[in-house]
Amino acid sequence: MMLLASRRGRILRTLSIQEDNHMTIDWAGFTPWTSLAGGLLIGLAVALLILLNGRIAGISGILGGLLRPSKGDVFWRVAFVAGLIGAPLAYGLAASLPTVTIEAGTPTLIIAGLLVGLGTRYGSGCTSGHGVCGLSRLSVRSLAATITFMAAGFVTVFVVRHVLG
Amino acid sequence: MHIVTALIAGLIFGIGLIVSGMTDPAKVTGFLDLAGNWNPSLAFVMAGAILIEFPVFRFIGTRKQSLTGAPLRLPTDTRIDRRLIAGALLFGAGWGLAGYCPGPALASLTTGSMKPVLFTIAMLAGMAIFEILERVAAARKRTASSARGD
Repeated sequence: MMLLASRRGRILRTLSIQEDNHMTIDWAGFTPWTSLAGGLLIGLAVALLILLNGRIAGISGILGGLLRPSKGDVFWRVAFVAGLIGAPLAYGLAASLPTVTIEAGTPTLIIAGLLVGLGTRYGSGCTSGHGVCGLSRLSVRSLAATITFMAAGFVTVFVVRHVLG
Repeated sequence: MHIVTALIAGLIFGIGLIVSGMTDPAKVTGFLDLAGNWNPSLAFVMAGAILIEFPVFRFIGTRKQSLTGAPLRLPTDTRIDRRLIAGALLFGAGWGLAGYCPGPALASLTTGSMKPVLFTIAMLAGMAIFEILERVAAARKRTASSARGD
């Protein structure tokens, strides 16, 4: 009897998890126009770097290349990274920065940072290099990488929010 | 010249990340949360960027040099191997955990919050570990081939 009761409880719990898990759209946080505008700006920056410097704007590659410095290949990387780092300061001159929510605590940030650093170098790229540049170049290798890291991101958020959370 | 254009490109890239919402980790994890309250915004970031990039890469693909005469450095690797997939899996897991990928983390360093700083230090450490492992593997390969008398 107790066994039956506990099994029934487990089934009910499973059902309620499934109920929580059906998809809804976050209309309050949905910002198609500013996201599209930001995407166009990112596109413009990538275009400048390939058209003028002949370089692909993959952030992890540009940053990682600084840890393997070779002559004549350092300063443009430093300049690009400096531009990225200075962006909030430049944005702040014109408008106040959008508020952000960082849910991750210290241990999560450290583990995530290590995974992102190691993974982007082994996988030769991140959201910018594979996701934007690679897909625009119709690279099958980049498509495979993008599908893989997106899938890993979906699974990770699912596990953290709906299985453990 | 190339240093100035790289600085401007970096600046525009970073401002684009801020405008798009990519520097808000909650928005990123909202996009990755298919089973919850899904926020599709970030698909529009990618669409916007690709809208410009697709014709640009078509154009540059017909040339041997950049517009300023710099050599074009386009990736030539087409392999889909274990390295690529394993790396992308690790990256995606880290991305989902914190909601930061490399660009937005760098473009959040001067916002006053210590969290992106901490993430970036760990990310650089991860990249340094990669360099060390690569060097160890290369040294091992050299020893193995000299032992064989290659």
